[in-house]
Amino acid sequence: MEIHKPIKVALIGNPNTGKTSLFNQLTGLTQKVGNYPGVTVDKKQGTCRLSINQTAIITDLPGTYSINPTSVDESIVLTSLLNTTDKDFPDVIVVVADIENLKRNLFLFSQVKDLEIPIILAINMSDQMDRKGISLDVETLQKELQTEVVLISARKNIGIEAVKEKIANCAKVSITYPLCSINHKIDGDYFKQLKAVSPNHTLYELWLMITQNNFPESITDEEKIKLLEFTQDVSMVKRYQHKETIYRYQQINEILKRTYKIDRTKAKDLRGKLDKVFTHKIFGYVIFFGVLLLIFQSIFDWSTVPMDFIDAQFANLSEFVTKQMNSGVLRDLITDGIIPGIGGVVIFIPQIAILFLFVAILEETGYMSRVVFLMDKIMRRYGMSGKSVIPLISGTACAIPAVMATRTISGWKERLITILVTPFTTCSARLPVYAILISLVIPDKKLFGYFSLQGFTLLCLYVLGFAIAIVSAFMLHKLLKVKSTSFFVAEMPNYKLPSIKNVVFDVIEKTKAFVFGAGKIILAISIVLWFLASNGPDSFESVADEVTNNIENSNLSATEVQRKIASSKLEKSYIGIMGKAIEPAIKPLGYDWKIGIALISSFAAREVFVGTLATIYSVESDDENTSTIKQRMRAEINPETGEKRFNLAVGMSLLIFYAFAMQCMGTLAIVKRETKSWRWPMAQLIGMGILAYVASFITFIIFS
Amino acid sequence: MNTIATLVKGEIGIISEESLDVIPLKLLEMGCLPGVEVELLQVAPLQDPLYICVNGSHLAIRKEMAAQIKIIKS
Repeated sequence: MEIHKPIKVALIGNPNTGKTSLFNQLTGLTQKVGNYPGVTVDKKQGTCRLSINQTAIITDLPGTYSINPTSVDESIVLTSLLNTTDKDFPDVIVVVADIENLKRNLFLFSQVKDLEIPIILAINMSDQMDRKGISLDVETLQKELQTEVVLISARKNIGIEAVKEKIANCAKVSITYPLCSINHKIDGDYFKQLKAVSPNHTLYELWLMITQNNFPESITDEEKIKLLEFTQDVSMVKRYQHKETIYRYQQINEILKRTYKIDRTKAKDLRGKLDKVFTHKIFGYVIFFGVLLLIFQSIFDWSTVPMDFIDAQFANLSEFVTKQMNSGVLRDLITDGIIPGIGGVVIFIPQIAILFLFVAILEETGYMSRVVFLMDKIMRRYGMSGKSVIPLISGTACAIPAVMATRTISGWKERLITILVTPFTTCSARLPVYAILISLVIPDKKLFGYFSLQGFTLLCLYVLGFAIAIVSAFMLHKLLKVKSTSFFVAEMPNYKLPSIKNVVFDVIEKTKAFVFGAGKIILAISIVLWFLASNGPDSFESVADEVTNNIENSNLSATEVQRKIASSKLEKSYIGIMGKAIEPAIKPLGYDWKIGIALISSFAAREVFVGTLATIYSVESDDENTSTIKQRMRAEINPETGEKRFNLAVGMSLLIFYAFAMQCMGTLAIVKRETKSWRWPMAQLIGMGILAYVASFITFIIFS
Repeated sequence: MNTIATLVKGEIGIISEESLDVIPLKLLEMGCLPGVEVELLQVAPLQDPLYICVNGSHLAIRKEMAAQIKIIKS
């Protein structure tokens, strides 16, 4: 049997049309997330089996209203469709439309159709037609659009087989002539001349190249010069674009008049009723605050059990390996470097997953758009946009995707301010630090009999993160002299029940990306730290003898002697020397050199704090007694006062330091990429660093 | 002069032809075209932005933009 070459398929559609649902149905668990070359936009691909000897590679392109891009994400769509010579250029395009917004969806369809690539139109949510009073004459529509039309319901798995069948037959899909040939109607001569530039490209391709200034490889230098001449008269190009849009809608209206009917009396006004509640001037904000409270309470409450479990399992694993292996450098590397390092990553999977779960549900249901609407005016006062709320909420999971999410904000100044303040929001990397410090210094009591005091402290830290983000945004708004025109439009999608499949896939995908991305850094740092902690300059080797000599006459037990030796070894190691070097600078904040070591390593990524302390204290403790990190931290004594090292003042001071300081290489790198300058990430690093130092100094004084 | 910003909640107007040049391309592409009906559905708690329905699209736009789009009250 002959196996055919896979068919390359691209999915295109407006946001909120269920494009991702269709993608999930077609590809299932085969999907992978990669990157487009040069940009950080996620490229989602998966394979789909069409028949015994035929598969398809499906690419889910970012949602867009038009192929004229207004953001980096949207420009991916245009670039993918113009690069006809690219190895990933689609053999067939599936445009996904939503039955309720068919007119606007057909606008995008008409643009894609004009590129003369084989195309299939999949109209989604067809199961809702009866309920919404919609009827559609599919046969006439197929004729009018000269395109195969499939009615589907991606969520209910209806029509998916038909889509596969059409893809398999894509060779037979007609491309004939463009749907609208609109441009000729605007200015015949102008477009005739434009077409004459390159016979190998369709007129619409050439028109897109000049309006979007996006020239694919298939264009020669000579042709490019000619094309650039057409862009000279900017206002004319703009006028023609406006005309083109109007002509397209006129054509679509004509077609829909003959094929699409809606009985408005049948439509139930659920949207209106829900909007009244969710955007109400009092209830709207109360509900929003309630939702936030629910999210944060859940993160803390639901994750303690799996986190303690993971923590204990890694401690057991270390113990097991210690017993199984012969002692030596390799065993030490595994039990004190690698295992605690991996454990430090795995432990916060529960919290990240819960956060991504809530964000996914809020997006899926359409509630997030109401938040944008509710918050826009307020956010504008602080130099941001209603759309900044999404990055600020996503920032509670991880600042990296949050900075990328600012791309939907069209005004540059609003976007820049959002990028600069997003790292103040409490990201999940701070959570393990907060979690361990809170459980060490805040008593486990109930507030008003229900809310746990520890949970409440965590909530306060979240609120503090948002508050400082808002305050700094306001200051940046007044200080920054950046010229930009902001233009705001947000679609308010219909309310939907979240699809479990979409939510689950989204959570898995994001958690995976985060764990593997951050995991690499954390593991590498853990190993470096282990090396720095178990090696030192010349005098390091003789530490054991010195200690033994010094305490020869005292009657200490063997374990205590061992502990003394380990502790002196750490002090004399490379990392101990580094920690000691910065001790004078951090002493006013209440920290000793061991915390100093954790601070140094946290500058790569803050979640390393917990792992570092785990490494430091496991190096220090004797091998037979591998207890959990929390127990080891609790037992730590401040030799100057004889009290616990992690008392309330030190704990609070550390919490504030981690709340404010910019300790994430990943975020700095992404800010550099998104702002195209080192200026902004450097400003974040220094500004947030100074703020963190001053604020934790004050906190330490207040609580001691 | 009537604009989208002068509509009251629940009122419907028709976007006038002369607005074509002031409407950004993106908004046109989303269906906000001269000659079509526009309904003001909701006003945000602080009187801005406005939540409109135009050509079947449900959109939130800022008052500043809405005040530039002229309409004929029906």
